[in-house]
Amino acid sequence: MSRIGVFICWCGENIARTVDVAEVASAAAKIPGVRCSVHYKYMCSDPGQAMIREKIESEKLDAVVVASCSPHMHLKTFRKTAERAGLNPFLVEMANIREQCSWVHHDRSQATAKAEQIIRMSVEKVRQDHALQPIRVPVTRRALVIGGGVAGIQAALDIADAGYEVVMVEREPSIGGKMAGLSETFPTLDCSQCILTPRMVEVGQHPRIKLYSYSEVEAVDGFVGNFTAKIRQKARYVDITKCTGCGECWNVCPLKRNPSEFDFKMGMRPSIYVPFPQAVPARPVIDSKTCAKLIRNGCGLCEKKCQAGAINFKDTDKVVEEKIGAVVVATGYQLYDIGKKQNGKLAGYGEYGYGKYKDVIDSLQFERLVSASGPTNGVIKRPSDGKEPKNVVFISCVGSRDNAKGLSYCSKICCMYTAKHTMLYKHKVHDGQAHVFYMDIRSGGKGYEEFVRRAIEQDGAKYYRGRVSKITEQNGKLLVRGADTLAGTPVTIDADLVVLAAAMRPSAGVTDLARMLNVGYDEHGFLLESHPKLRPVETNAAGVFICGACHSPKDIPEAVAQASAAAAKTQILFAAEELTREPEIAQINEQTCAACYACYRTCPYHAIEQAEVRTPRGVFVKKTARVNPGLCMGCGTCVAVCPSKSAELEGFTEQEIYSMVESLA
Amino acid sequence: MSLFSVRKITIGLGVVPGTAGHMALALATRTETTVPVESSAPPNSSRDLLTEILAPTHWTDCYQCGKCTAGCPVAAGVDMAPNQVVRALQLGNFEKAMTSDAIWACVSCQTCSTRCPQSVDCAGIMDALREVSLQRGLASPEQKTVVAFQQAFLNNIRRNGRLDEIELIAEFKLRALPSERSLRFLFKDAGLAPQLQKRQKLHLRGEKVKDRALVRRIFERCGDGKHA
Amino acid sequence: MRLAYYPGCALHGSSNDYEQSLRACLGKLEVEPQEIREWICCGATAAHALNHKLSIALPARNLALAEQQGFEDLLAPCPMCSMQLLKAAKLMDEDASLRREISSVIEGEVSGRVQVLNLIQVFQRIGLDRIKPAVKNPLADLKPACYYGCLLTRPPDVVKFDDAEQPSSLEAIMAVLGAKPVDWNYRTECCGAGMTMAKEETVLELSQRILADAQQHGANCLVTACPMCHVNLDMKQGDIERHSGDRFGLPVYYLTDLVGLALGISPEELGIDRHFVKKV
Repeated sequence: MSRIGVFICWCGENIARTVDVAEVASAAAKIPGVRCSVHYKYMCSDPGQAMIREKIESEKLDAVVVASCSPHMHLKTFRKTAERAGLNPFLVEMANIREQCSWVHHDRSQATAKAEQIIRMSVEKVRQDHALQPIRVPVTRRALVIGGGVAGIQAALDIADAGYEVVMVEREPSIGGKMAGLSETFPTLDCSQCILTPRMVEVGQHPRIKLYSYSEVEAVDGFVGNFTAKIRQKARYVDITKCTGCGECWNVCPLKRNPSEFDFKMGMRPSIYVPFPQAVPARPVIDSKTCAKLIRNGCGLCEKKCQAGAINFKDTDKVVEEKIGAVVVATGYQLYDIGKKQNGKLAGYGEYGYGKYKDVIDSLQFERLVSASGPTNGVIKRPSDGKEPKNVVFISCVGSRDNAKGLSYCSKICCMYTAKHTMLYKHKVHDGQAHVFYMDIRSGGKGYEEFVRRAIEQDGAKYYRGRVSKITEQNGKLLVRGADTLAGTPVTIDADLVVLAAAMRPSAGVTDLARMLNVGYDEHGFLLESHPKLRPVETNAAGVFICGACHSPKDIPEAVAQASAAAAKTQILFAAEELTREPEIAQINEQTCAACYACYRTCPYHAIEQAEVRTPRGVFVKKTARVNPGLCMGCGTCVAVCPSKSAELEGFTEQEIYSMVESLA
Repeated sequence: MSLFSVRKITIGLGVVPGTAGHMALALATRTETTVPVESSAPPNSSRDLLTEILAPTHWTDCYQCGKCTAGCPVAAGVDMAPNQVVRALQLGNFEKAMTSDAIWACVSCQTCSTRCPQSVDCAGIMDALREVSLQRGLASPEQKTVVAFQQAFLNNIRRNGRLDEIELIAEFKLRALPSERSLRFLFKDAGLAPQLQKRQKLHLRGEKVKDRALVRRIFERCGDGKHA
Repeated sequence: MRLAYYPGCALHGSSNDYEQSLRACLGKLEVEPQEIREWICCGATAAHALNHKLSIALPARNLALAEQQGFEDLLAPCPMCSMQLLKAAKLMDEDASLRREISSVIEGEVSGRVQVLNLIQVFQRIGLDRIKPAVKNPLADLKPACYYGCLLTRPPDVVKFDDAEQPSSLEAIMAVLGAKPVDWNYRTECCGAGMTMAKEETVLELSQRILADAQQHGANCLVTACPMCHVNLDMKQGDIERHSGDRFGLPVYYLTDLVGLALGISPEELGIDRHFVKKV
C-alpha cells in the first residue's frame, strides 16, 4: 500500500492531554507511503468520519490507519466508514494510542514518542494487508432451545411465532421448570401455574415447536447457521402417542411412596407418574430405578390396566439428530445443597441441621407446601408432625454471600421471595408470626420495595438484621440462634418451622453442555455472555445464545426479557439470506501442510478438519488440515503450533508481525 | 455497680437458658464516633501495634452480618457483642474495643471464627485486643480478676516451665485481692484442697523443667517481661 | 506404634486421673506412649490471650523436642495443647521467615516432620475394627452424651479433624464399645474453658447448659476427651447444681475410661474412682 492515510484522534482530552497529537501527526507524515496525516478532536464522530471519507476520495487512499482508542470500541465504525467511501474495510487498521498509551502513562514526551511508534507499527502492518471479503455461509432457519422452563418457553414461542421452527429439549418429563412448582409470584402474587400453564400448552400445541421431553442434548456439531444436534430421548416406557393420559396406570401402581422430585421430596409419587397435573406433555413416565417390573420382572399392573396399550417395558433410549441454525440455552437453576458436605469449599451448613431436622426446609420446599396443588394441598403443616406452625423463621443468604463456606455472589431473588413467603404464610395462618433474619434487603425491581414494605407493614413480618449461627431441636421445636446487629444483641427464637433461602446455582450438568457448545462458564458454572453490559444474551460461540438463570441468578421478568432478547438475536441470524463472518481467519497452505494435525488437536473451536487433497478426477494426492471458515474464530492457536508454518492468520501474517516489530528498531 | 444494656432478646414459647442476672434494661451510653481520616490522624502506637497484630485476622473484610454474635456463648451479658467490637475497630475506635469488658468475657471457643462467612478470625481479634490493651494499660478496670489469672499463669510458666497449680492459685488470689476486696474470694476455693487430696489430685510441689533458664530466655525474646 | 506423649500441665496436675486412664487403656491395646523429655507448657489460654509470639514459641519448643528425640507421631490428649501445637506447626509451615524467627527464639529446629494427634485419632490409628473384637465388656447400659468441647474440631482449618458442626468420631467409638450414645444439641458448645477460677459464673452458666441438655436428651453420663471440660463438668457439677437448682448426677468419663472399661480393665485401674460425680 503506497497511499496510506493516518488519522489521529484527540479523543477529547483522553489522548490529547498526554500525547502531543500535532507532533505525532507531523511525525507520521514523514513515514514512507503515508499520503496524508491529520488529527481531529473526535474521529469517531460524524464530522470525523466524514473527514476520513473525504480524504479517502480526495487523496485516493488505498489504506487507512486510525490512531485512537481500542479496536474493541470503534474498529467496526471505521471499517464501515471506509466501506462507504469505497475502500475495502479490511484495509483499515487501528493504532491504539489510548488504552495502550495515553491512559497508562504520565510523561508527555515519552507517551508522545510511544504513540509515534505505535502508529509506525500500524502503518507497516496496513502496508501488507490485502483486501478481504466477508465469508458467507448458508443458514438453517431452525432454532434449538435447551431447557423448557419459563425462559425456554418464552424464547421458543417468540421464535416460533416469528415463523421459524423450534426444537425444544427438556430434561424432565414435563416442561415448566421451577416456575411450575411455585405457588405465587412476586410482586403481583399471581398464581404461578395459572400464568405459566397457558404458555406451556401453547408450546405443546404450537405447529412449529417440536418438543422432546424427558430428553437431553448429547452433542452439538457444526457452526453458526449449520449445527447438528444429537438428542437422546430417554426411555419413558410409555408410548405418548398411544397414551390418553387417563391415569389408570398411576392409580393402580402399588409403589406409591417414592419421594417426588417435583415436590422436592415434600411429597410422594408412584413409580409410574406424571410430575404434576398440568404437565406438558400430560403423559406419564416410569421411574426405572423403582419400578418392580423393570427391576425384577414383578408387578406389571399398569400394563394390564392400560386400555390404550401404551405401556412398553421394552422401551429403550433413542438418539435422534436435528439440523438447526441457532441454539438458545435456557437450562435454569438448582438450589445449593445445604445439607451435604461437598467438594472443596462448599461444605454445606451442618450448623443449620438441614437434612437432620425434618422441620428445617429450603425455599423451594416451602413453595410446594404453600402451593394449592402441593403435597399438603396448600395447607402449611410441619413436616414432622403435621401441625400448623405458629412461628416460622425465614433465613436469608444461606450459601450466598459466603466466601468461607459457600458462594460469593448474591442470589438476587431471595429477599423478594422471602418477603413473599412471609405474606403467603400470614394469609394462610392468620395467628402466625413470620420472622426473617436478613443481612440486606435487595428489592430494586418495579414495585419490589413497596412489596417488601407491605410484608412488614401490613402482614406483620418481623425482620432481624443478622445471620443465624445455629439451629437445634428442643422439645419438638427448633431453637434458632441469630443476631440483630442493629440492636447489638443475640436473638433466639423458638420456631415451629425454619425455611432456608438457599443459594441459586446453575443446573447440574450445565458445564458439560457448555463444553459441547464451546460456551465459556465462570467458576460457579454460570454461562458467560459476550459482554456483561452490551451483549448479555450472546456468547462467544457464534449462534449460541443464553437466557434465564443459566446466565446468573434472576427473577421471572428478567428471565422472560432475556428470553425474548435471545429470540430476537436468533431472528437476526435467521433474517439474513446468508450469514457473513469476519474473514480474519486462519488459512492452511495445503502444499506445505504435513498433516501432523497438531492444529486439529489444539483448535479450541474444532474448526480444523482432516481433509484430503485430490486431483480433479478424485485421485488422492495427500492428507491435509483444512480450516472450516464457518467455525474459525481467528484465535491463532493453529498458527502457533504448526511446525511447518503452514498455518497463517489472514490479516495477521508472520511477515506483517515481523514488519511491525522491525519498524521499532 | 455498672449498668448493662439489654444483651439478649428471646422470642417464642420455649424456655431458653437465661444468663445469671444480667438482664437489666438500661440506657445504652451513646457516644459520637469521629472517623479518623488517615492524613490527619496523629501517630498512635497502640493503633499501629494493634493493626500489625490484627493483620492476619482479615478484620477489614467483616461485613457485620452478626453470625459471630449469634453463636457466641457469652454475648448476652457483656457490654459489646463480638460484631460490635469489630465494628468499633472499623470505625477507628480502637480504644473503645480495647477498654471493653467483652474481650475478657470471651472464652476463646472459636465458634465465631469457624462460622464467619468472610473468614474473619474473630477469636484472633479478641486475642490481639487483650494483648495490646494490657501492654498499653487500657484493660477494663472491671476485669482485674480475669487479667490477674492470666498474668499469674504466665508468670508461673515463666518461673517453672510447667504449671505449679498451688503456686498459681496463690499468686492469682493475691493479685486479684485488691480488686475483689473480699476474704471470701481469698478462701473460696480452699475447700477444694481436701477434695483433691482425697483423690490424689493435689500436688504440693509442681513439676519443674530442668532448663528453666531457657524458658526465661524464650519469654524474654517474646517481649514478655515479668508482669508486675 | 511409636508414639511421643505430650501430657501437658493438666495431665500432670489435677487431671492426672486422665493420664492414669490413658496409660491403662492404651497399654491394654499395646500402645506405650513415651513422654517427651523436658517438655514445657504449651501456653494454654494465657499465652494466646496475652502474647501471640509466645503462643507460637511455647508449643514450637515442644515440637522441636519431639523431633530431636526422634519421634514422628505425637499424642497430645488435651485439646488445648493439641490445637496450639497444630496452630504453631501450621503457621511455621506457611511462613518460612516466621519459622526461622521462632527457631532462634526456642533454640531448636521445627521441620514439620512431627504429626500431632489427638486421642481420638490415636484410636482411629489403632483401628476401630481392631478394638471391636477386643471388647470383653460391652457398655450396654451406658447412654453417653458425647461431648467434644471446642478445640477438638475448631478451628477447622487448623485441626482438620472430623466435622466442626456435626462431628461423629466419638459416637463411632461408642458404637464399637456397645454403648448407646444419645443425639443431643451441645456436643461442641463451650463449657467455659479456663474461667473456672477467673470467672466462675461463666463456667456455672455454660456447663449447666451442657449438663441440662444431656439430661434432657436421655443421657445417663457424658464422655469427653478434654481435661478442662472434665473439670468443669465433673469437679464443678456440684457447684453447678447448687447454683442452678438442677439435680444432674451425671458421671463424666474420659474417653479412655470407657474404652478401658469395655476392654475389661477395672474402674480403679482406670482412675474412675477419682472422679467427683459417681455412678449411681
